[in-house]
Amino acid sequence: MSDGYLLKNLLLFGRILHELGLDVSPGRMVDVVNALAVVDVGRPTDFYYTLRSLCVHKREQIPLFDVAFDHFWRKEERGVELNLRDNLTNVQKPKPIVVPPALDPESEVFGNDADDEKDEEEQPVIEVTRTFSANEQLRTKDFGEMSAAELHDVKRLMAQLIWQLGQRRTRRLQPGRGDYLDMRRTVRANMRNSGELLSLSWRRPKIKPRPLIILADISGSMEQYTRLLLHFLYSLTEGLDQRVEVFVFSTRLTRITRQLRNRNVDAALAEVATAVPDWSGGTRIGDALRKFNYTWARRVLRGGAVGIIISDGWDRGEPALLSTEMARLNRLLHRFVWLNPLLGSQEYEPLTRGMVAALPHVDDFLPVHNLASLEDLAVHLALLDSGQARRKRQGAAFVGRPR
Amino acid sequence: MNITSIDDVQTQLEKQTYIADRGLATAIYLALKLQRPLFLEGEAGVGKTEIAKVLAALAGRDLIRLQCYEGLDVSQAIYEWNYTRQMLHIRMAEAQGDRVDEGELFGRDFLLSRPLLHAIETSDDTPSVLLIDEVDRSDEEFEAFLLEMLSDFQVTIPEIGTIKAQTPPIVILTSNRTREVHDALKRRCLYYWIDYPTFEKELAIVQAKVPTAAADLSRQVTAFIQELRDEDLYKIPGIAETIDWVTALVALDQTELDENVIDETLGVVLKYQDDVVDVRGGKARDILMRAKAR
Repeated sequence: MSDGYLLKNLLLFGRILHELGLDVSPGRMVDVVNALAVVDVGRPTDFYYTLRSLCVHKREQIPLFDVAFDHFWRKEERGVELNLRDNLTNVQKPKPIVVPPALDPESEVFGNDADDEKDEEEQPVIEVTRTFSANEQLRTKDFGEMSAAELHDVKRLMAQLIWQLGQRRTRRLQPGRGDYLDMRRTVRANMRNSGELLSLSWRRPKIKPRPLIILADISGSMEQYTRLLLHFLYSLTEGLDQRVEVFVFSTRLTRITRQLRNRNVDAALAEVATAVPDWSGGTRIGDALRKFNYTWARRVLRGGAVGIIISDGWDRGEPALLSTEMARLNRLLHRFVWLNPLLGSQEYEPLTRGMVAALPHVDDFLPVHNLASLEDLAVHLALLDSGQARRKRQGAAFVGRPR
Repeated sequence: MNITSIDDVQTQLEKQTYIADRGLATAIYLALKLQRPLFLEGEAGVGKTEIAKVLAALAGRDLIRLQCYEGLDVSQAIYEWNYTRQMLHIRMAEAQGDRVDEGELFGRDFLLSRPLLHAIETSDDTPSVLLIDEVDRSDEEFEAFLLEMLSDFQVTIPEIGTIKAQTPPIVILTSNRTREVHDALKRRCLYYWIDYPTFEKELAIVQAKVPTAAADLSRQVTAFIQELRDEDLYKIPGIAETIDWVTALVALDQTELDENVIDETLGVVLKYQDDVVDVRGGKARDILMRAKAR
């Protein structure tokens, strides 16, 4: 292979990697060319590792890189690049589109954007003049009993909620009134005082919002709430400055953090729908938590995080497992909140096996069945570190009953 | 350090009892040749930090090490002013009736080098070797400090100016992946993911590290650990644990692995009580049987 040919192919390969979502620019491929100048290109293994060490910077990307590499450098003949690119794109998106079961034929959670936009254009006045009492009714109506039109309204109101999460002191210091002497600024400020420190400068810990992690139940028993809860998760992700990690589960655990980051809510939820393989399946909360604890906790849980589980607690798994994994997760979290839509009913008692096993490890047990409960939740979360939110004792969660 | 090829890297590392596979050797070779930092990721105990130590030994330099933690700042990582000297200097000048010159007070004489600056200052004909350990433990603010250092091997101090390394130091960054490190940082580096080793490789490592262990013992322990990694554990043991275990068993005069000694020493390998309880007894027996059949 002549040099010119190799360079051309490298650039093409770089472009394919870029299209596959790897962080590869033409500049990076120049690095590759420089690197190849010092290794023996004739040796396939060395060629492979040279490309890999420069084009990949995440472990998850390695399998994708391998497929691309095999196709491009080993199997395919040159000249079928277009076809090849299609193949590669398919590798990344093999999942069939599975949309969660419709609540109502007219429901619009997963409706297309064009309609929504049109809607807003046509009814701006109605939006503003909607009466308080109408909103008031809507606020206290159970999500599960809402019509498609009401759901549509409630989604809009949900987007207006302001989310704030407790804050924690980090170990990073910044100038300010605090307990730590800032020698650098002190010396500078006192230079003219013949070495006498007449005024002292201080530093204090930097405050940052707590990271949030959410595990949402999307099993069959939660079906009537699922669509709206996804909207809720989206507005939470959008509304908070800090990193929010979101997972959903029924029989399996799926991370949907990346999907929710889409700017457009409908596009985001459509992506979630594609990513999740087990809508409305059975519930195995313990298994889902175990999966989270074993494979994700170390990667996504940073110090002082707040965790939220959204589930009705109908669990078909082993209660002992659920209890163990709840306890483990609780030890990793600053605060552990369980949101249960059934708690919206005055008569509800958390007596299911799953709820009984889980409750001792929960700090706050709150309803999540209507807009009012979401507003309460927003207040509760905002007060977490102000000392005003009640702190649980072992085995006794703070239980918020609906208004 | 005079390295001529990837094979050469492998041979040199082996002399320092570090067994590296081809991929890692390639990444190290490129890091040296292209003078770029090497970013190593992998589970705990797969030998990330060890590479830096071995490279330092090969270069004939002391390893300069920066352990990362949350809140790590410029005064701990790059430089700090020597305040005591500054104060004394001001007083001396005062006693002699001189005015203190600010430029003098914030000059090189009053500067204390921390690991990053130290690595840059001492990198002369032979490059210095710098280990930035567990980057994932630091916070995003610290990553920003690293960018200048890693792309241009220089540090800018507002009062003095830019200090550049004579030759680029050899820089190794490690991460246990407890969080994603920013892409801007990774982009400046060569990346390599260190996996758990194959049976053959791990056995070679054990034999190189604990040459006094009986052949059967090394083989059985390595096979046991390899089987153990397939179990559903909260924390999977790394190579460091394998080496520790063999060393412990040698200290206990064991020449073979048996049920009793496994139960007694399992804590060397498994660091979570849940895992110990899970494996001890029946499961350990099964694994031992499979390991011996291997």
